[in-house]
Amino acid sequence: MLRNILIAIVLAVFAYMFYNVYSAYEARTELTGIAQHFAQNGATEVGAPNLVTAIVVTYRGFDTLGEVTILFLTASIIAFFLKLKDEEKETKILHRDTSELLVTASQVLIPIMFMFGIYVFINGHLTPGGGFQGGAIIATGVALMIMANPNIQINQTVIHWVESISGVSFVLIGILGIVLAGGFLDNKIFGENSLGEFGTLFSAGAIPIIYSLVGLKVGAEISNILNKYQKSQKEL
Amino acid sequence: MNKEIVFIGIAIILGIVSIVLALIAIHNKKLSVAVIAAGVVSLFASVLYLLMAAPDVAMTEAAIGSGLSTLIFFYVLNKIKRTNA
Amino acid sequence: MEYFELGHISLAIGFILIIVGFWGLLTQKNIIKIIIAFSILDTGINISIVSLGYVVGKTAPIIDNSVAQLENHNVVNSIVDPVPQALVLTAIVIGFGVTALMLAYAMKLFTAKKTLEINKFNDLKW
Repeated sequence: MLRNILIAIVLAVFAYMFYNVYSAYEARTELTGIAQHFAQNGATEVGAPNLVTAIVVTYRGFDTLGEVTILFLTASIIAFFLKLKDEEKETKILHRDTSELLVTASQVLIPIMFMFGIYVFINGHLTPGGGFQGGAIIATGVALMIMANPNIQINQTVIHWVESISGVSFVLIGILGIVLAGGFLDNKIFGENSLGEFGTLFSAGAIPIIYSLVGLKVGAEISNILNKYQKSQKEL
Repeated sequence: MNKEIVFIGIAIILGIVSIVLALIAIHNKKLSVAVIAAGVVSLFASVLYLLMAAPDVAMTEAAIGSGLSTLIFFYVLNKIKRTNA
Repeated sequence: MEYFELGHISLAIGFILIIVGFWGLLTQKNIIKIIIAFSILDTGINISIVSLGYVVGKTAPIIDNSVAQLENHNVVNSIVDPVPQALVLTAIVIGFGVTALMLAYAMKLFTAKKTLEINKFNDLKW
């Protein structure tokens, strides 16, 4: 009984705080502050039509580096926790055959899904999209592969190499930014005026390269998490 | 003028349905119903992001929040049922 | 109709989802239900942050028409705030990582004790 009263008091305090914030909120009618600087100078300084991509990769690129580190840490902790013990590796539980509809449909859909994921993160600076979205689409393709054939052995070596090389290259391009251009993760590493034509595929300096590496890394990590979850179903 | 009223109407309907589904997700006894209800809340949040002119966020929420998160929940539920029965 | 803009409605939806998530987190006894409440709480927080960046009547922050739109210095007057969207993009992916980690812990706890109620895990009590 006392517990319920305390829970009700905590929720009432939160509701009171939220009500104060809600009543002081007025609908905005113009951009202020740093968003004004990004909107005015974003296209000429960075050269990417998608302003959210320009902010995530160039203006606030350090946050993206931190987030890639957190994902890597999560994937390695899950791989550590769900490791099979040695004597359980020999007993293979054979799942029953999945239905023919799923197997046939997956053979048509999986190449299309991979191609769509790669398209999304290559064109991240022109249209809505980018590395995180493309990586999630690739991981969904891998999930369909696992569901169509539960006894599949995904090549762990390929996933590990893709993930490591993407992470190291991301930091190396950032350091190239210090050597050749303004600072860490600056995107003018190909020269001062070589941002290319605004709105084409080969423009905006290093942004397509950085975002493609982030997309591959995120896709490989989430595929690794899904593979570990699938393997842990084999324990008794 | 007409477009804004339609958007506000859609937002109100989405909001009411998603709050009701969130309450169902917490209150129901069966776990599979609760997981699917949480996935649908995420899906309606993705539509709400689209109404607020944020296409990048909508794509990310639909792919990660509504697709991969529900899938991982079902892996865990499957393992629990297999060990329990 | 001036009082109820889209920003007000989304902010209210976000705050109510946060309170529902907190209530589920504090009262449920099943571990999986607690993790579902975490997921709802995360969704509510992201909706609140994006709705604080909405400017009335403007469009998405993608400069697509061509360079002519830049020369009139019109970009400032026609897009919504792009900074909260960049922050929420990162937050969604991190929320998924934390949920996956919590579910791995829940699986390990279940194989150790064969039960899912948090009241039965009292190994650390005095």
